[in-house]
Amino acid sequence: MAITPDDVRHVAKLARLDFDEAEVARFAKDLGDILEHASKIAELDLADVEPTAHPIKLENVWRPDELRPSLTPEQALANAPAAEEQKFRVPRILEVEEVGE
Amino acid sequence: MSRFETVIGIEVHVELSTNTKMFCGCSNRFGAPPNTNTCPVCLGLPGSLPVVNEQAVRDAMKIGIALNCEVARSCLFHRKNYFYPDMPKDFQISQYDEPICFGGYLDVEGGRVGITRAHMEEDTGKSTHIGEGGRIHDATHSLIDYNRAGVPLIEIVSEPDITGPAHARAYATELRNVLRSLSVSDVKMEEGSMRCDANISLREPGGEFGTKVEIKNMNSLRSLQKALEYEEARQAELLESGKSVTQETRHWNEADGETHSMRSKEEAFDYRYFPEPDLVPQAPPLSLIEEIRSSMPELPASRRARLAEDWALTDQQIFTLTSVDGLLDLVSDAVERGTDPVTATNWATGDVLAKLKTDGVDADQSGLNGHKLADLCELVANGTLSTKLAKQVLITVMETGKGPGEVVEEEGLAQVSDESELAAIAEKIVNDNPGEAERYRAGEEKLLGFFVGQAMKATRGKGNPQALNELFRSKLSE
Ligand SMILES: [Zn+2]
Repeated sequence: MAITPDDVRHVAKLARLDFDEAEVARFAKDLGDILEHASKIAELDLADVEPTAHPIKLENVWRPDELRPSLTPEQALANAPAAEEQKFRVPRILEVEEVGE
Repeated sequence: MSRFETVIGIEVHVELSTNTKMFCGCSNRFGAPPNTNTCPVCLGLPGSLPVVNEQAVRDAMKIGIALNCEVARSCLFHRKNYFYPDMPKDFQISQYDEPICFGGYLDVEGGRVGITRAHMEEDTGKSTHIGEGGRIHDATHSLIDYNRAGVPLIEIVSEPDITGPAHARAYATELRNVLRSLSVSDVKMEEGSMRCDANISLREPGGEFGTKVEIKNMNSLRSLQKALEYEEARQAELLESGKSVTQETRHWNEADGETHSMRSKEEAFDYRYFPEPDLVPQAPPLSLIEEIRSSMPELPASRRARLAEDWALTDQQIFTLTSVDGLLDLVSDAVERGTDPVTATNWATGDVLAKLKTDGVDADQSGLNGHKLADLCELVANGTLSTKLAKQVLITVMETGKGPGEVVEEEGLAQVSDESELAAIAEKIVNDNPGEAERYRAGEEKLLGFFVGQAMKATRGKGNPQALNELFRSKLSE
């Protein structure tokens, strides 16, 4: 299956990764090779095989609804590049804008 | 009325009131100081692993069963990938093509609404935008509190069966009643523990679906209806004038009563869902599903039918009793202590509710309980209190939590019915007003009101009016 440079740019954008043109070309080839390899599976008759999300057959690993100690806010914020009012401080969020109409 | 047919679907997010979060043992308490209920799991620190809260799975099944859904014999969690600082992992654990409950319905006023699915996911953190007006687009930066990140959420998605804003409100109201009866959430829209988003489109009667618009940010049932009414009219106007509706998300603004476009600067989201590798499949055993099914509480629809039958209440009274938190419990407790259901209901839906609204508190936060309401009704029934005085006592009971008997005693409010005491008062009034007594005896019978009025004044409103009527009648005919 052929992966185009535009496919790579699209996926990179979704994952917030920044590549130069040489990298885009390399990943297009690498990703194409990986998909090519995986597509060999399609040659098999797998009609009766369940999709495997997990290699180990385990279900319903649950815990009781009981409180466990949390971190202190100091610990929680220890790795934060910036904090304010005991909250994580993040740069301006530019996802959406309200347009008056 | 426009010539179009309105098509609405509603997505409701409900925060479960479990002790702990969906995938970690941090407290799920509302209103704790910022970032005090966080741990490596809900902060998304490397190497941490989520473990499913069993109670949340039980609650999800309970909700599905109450909504006549099928409970999946096997389902999965997926990662929904997106970059937004309210989720520190950069993905939200949700369910995608294999939800835990699906294919149900809810009967509400205006017609049955299909339930597509009810699935489990986790809530996001809470951001505050710092800068002018606290609005996102002119903020200088934002602050995030992750206490809410990882709180168990159930998303309930309806079929596009809703035919108008009033029907939408009826659906959301009944859904809230059902969730409340299950005791799985405190379903407070103003606090965000129940949130409604709506999709609305118009079409020619019986025609193809029109372009839909998603509206968000309605924080009461009333604003859900108002936002949909606004949007319905806006779309009709566009279509009538030959324009087309743009597919978009719009925010309801309570202040100006309009919806506003929230245009995304990004290309359409691609959430790249994939199975959550850190969680195993969920396969609730049949025995557990049956255990939950057999221990379901009574649902509002059946409870309403029972109230109409057993207590002979009107539809309006039943609606009020079952829609306001704690009111039905109050009446039930009073009835259990022998109070007549209609009398108790009249108090509850009348003066009690009015006082709760004035004070802005829930029934369980007021000083009144079913026992005290029963006592109050008894004091009226045995003539100790007039209805007017009882209303006064009720206010004090609700404010102080004292028993009605105690209030009557402390404030000396008991109606004076004592014969000899009233007789002495009547005697004095007749003697003090010989002219009026003469005229009454000469046939001016309407003067009886004058005498009773004087006696009420002398007893500061506490004389029993019936007893006084009798007394004056006999005294003046001597
Ligand atoms: Zn946690």
